[in-house]
Amino acid sequence: MAGGLVVEQLLNGLQFGLMLFLLSAGLTLVLGVMDVVNLAHGSLYMLGAYVAATVAGATGSFWAGVGAAVVATAAVGLVVEATVLRRVYPRDHLTQVLATFALILVFNEGARIVWGPQALLLSVPPELSRPVAVLPNLTYSAYRLVVLGVGAGLAVLLFLVIHRTRLGMWVRAGASNRAMARAMGVPIQQVFAVVFALSAALSAVAGALLGPILAVQVGMGEDILILAFVVIVIGGIGSVKGSLVGALLVGTVDTAGRAFLPPLFAQLMSPEAASNLGPALASVLIYLLMAVVLFVRPQGLFPVRA
Amino acid sequence: MCVLLAAVLSLVPWQARSQPRTLRIGFVSTLSGGGAALGVDVLDGFNLALRHLGNRLGGLPVEVLTADDQQNPDVARSAVERLLRRDRADLLTGIIFSNVLLAVGDLVFGSGVFYISPNAGPSEYAGSQCNLHFLNVAWQNDNLHEAMGHYAQLKRYETAFILAPNYPAGRDALTGFKRFYKGQVVSEVYTRLGQLDYSAEIAQIRAARPRAVYAFYPGAMGVNFIKQYAEAGLMQQVPLLLPGFSADADVIRAVGKPMVGVFNSSHWALELFNPINRRFVEDFRRSYNRVPALYASQGYDAALAIDHGLRAVGGDLSRKAEFRNAILSGFDSTRGRVRFNRNGYPIQNYYLRQVVESANGEVVNRLVGTIFRNHGDAYASQCRLR
Repeated sequence: MAGGLVVEQLLNGLQFGLMLFLLSAGLTLVLGVMDVVNLAHGSLYMLGAYVAATVAGATGSFWAGVGAAVVATAAVGLVVEATVLRRVYPRDHLTQVLATFALILVFNEGARIVWGPQALLLSVPPELSRPVAVLPNLTYSAYRLVVLGVGAGLAVLLFLVIHRTRLGMWVRAGASNRAMARAMGVPIQQVFAVVFALSAALSAVAGALLGPILAVQVGMGEDILILAFVVIVIGGIGSVKGSLVGALLVGTVDTAGRAFLPPLFAQLMSPEAASNLGPALASVLIYLLMAVVLFVRPQGLFPVRA
Repeated sequence: MCVLLAAVLSLVPWQARSQPRTLRIGFVSTLSGGGAALGVDVLDGFNLALRHLGNRLGGLPVEVLTADDQQNPDVARSAVERLLRRDRADLLTGIIFSNVLLAVGDLVFGSGVFYISPNAGPSEYAGSQCNLHFLNVAWQNDNLHEAMGHYAQLKRYETAFILAPNYPAGRDALTGFKRFYKGQVVSEVYTRLGQLDYSAEIAQIRAARPRAVYAFYPGAMGVNFIKQYAEAGLMQQVPLLLPGFSADADVIRAVGKPMVGVFNSSHWALELFNPINRRFVEDFRRSYNRVPALYASQGYDAALAIDHGLRAVGGDLSRKAEFRNAILSGFDSTRGRVRFNRNGYPIQNYYLRQVVESANGEVVNRLVGTIFRNHGDAYASQCRLR
């Protein structure tokens, strides 16, 4: 049954990795193209989850919730870009960090006022709540498979947009050399707004899809934001390809560490000590991975700027 | 005359402290985040009892000062400090999580203030560290898990996979389960407190192929674990045994039909036949428009216990030993008459319940049997209090 375990953990890792990719793709573009450290990225993810839970609760349709989350969060992203971020583009990173950290506080307190302190319930759509057989001896959650599929589909779509369209070309130009891109006539202001709205929409998809697996609550964005930053540092800032590879690496390493380290330690020591050490070491593994990548390739796996 | 006046004056501050005109109760609980359903249930149950008692406990008018600990020991500590020093609370109650209680216990006991626990019942305070100022009206942490361990033993499951969050009550839980389950524990897993995605653990369960799974996950952790267990298709393959904490109204509301058939243990049930419980269940449903979970009964009972103790001392909390002994010798609760060990933990029955779908489509817990009669806890003999 060891084969089944490995396959199942691989699916778990891929599913988590793809959701991390949706988050980190936006983050890496905003940081790479706009040169803005956006700590409030996690808040947009949280907002997406809350809107999805509210609309899904009101209409009874999960997918209507996801759609509404994408539209509403992209709109909020546009407003935030126009009102707050535009003022901090020319400033240093510390100012940007302060401004976007303030946004985190505003979003968290706002969510607490609007939706209350208790976690919201976002349920898996009933048609997906049953298990399906992926291997003769292995059943897997249908919903997680769909999440995997949506994540993979969006990754492909994003690649086509970045590499096959004029907007994508502008984005790539902006990421590799902003001043030169502006000099060549790229409408930087509009590109920034679109990139920010796109990154908000992607994080809303991640929030809405992860809502039923995790919980829709205040502070959910900060936990995952740290991982998203690890991903973009591993992948190379500004590189969508890098964030895909980084996210899949982090997702698999995190899941594998959580799944295989505690049983390994349990054979060597008491279960309590093993469970203390196992997860701790599993989370350290991610940072170890980041340290090794930084040591070998300080610019990340796929550096954008020469 | 002067002597008399001086005597009266010297009495004033003493009287103000020991016989307050209004009883100030500090209610510290988890009212936000993943454990909020528990805290809100306890608070609602407590308030319902107050209403039933005419807003008086032991004849004294009551003021409840509520604080949200956010399931965070540091936040709880500053809340307790504020309640004790600034608000001069006469008595504290409300804490849900054992790690939170253990972080504030010394502060409360050191101030000479009673803490009447409606929920957290850590083994630490049941044994050699038992305290005159501590009483738990609900259970000792191990108890419900001991009952389920005994049930698993009776059902002769040869192997079991057991899981809990890594915090004091989680360790108490699995210790309690193993105390009565004599089969083989194939794996004992402690997850991070507050973890919400259990895919890695569920894959381990599937690979280990146990005959039964026992999982202690309260609040949002339980909702997610059970949902994901069902979605992975394991519900039909490996029976999931739960303590009442992971299988009561709050979790059932969120998970729904997939839970039907699950067995769980509890010290309380909706159908327990006594007038106090009937009034509690009916009025709770009417007032809050939902089915009470065991936590709500505990909040209700905490108020009844305080009322009972205060009556015995005429509202004078400075008569500590008498107040404590009045409660220890037994009070009438939603579970009938509850007696206590000298460590301040109950001696009571533990029941087996099953989640069923009733005729009108409602998913509820049904009482199916009694697992333990007059069951105490494993630590009482180490307590040196008299």
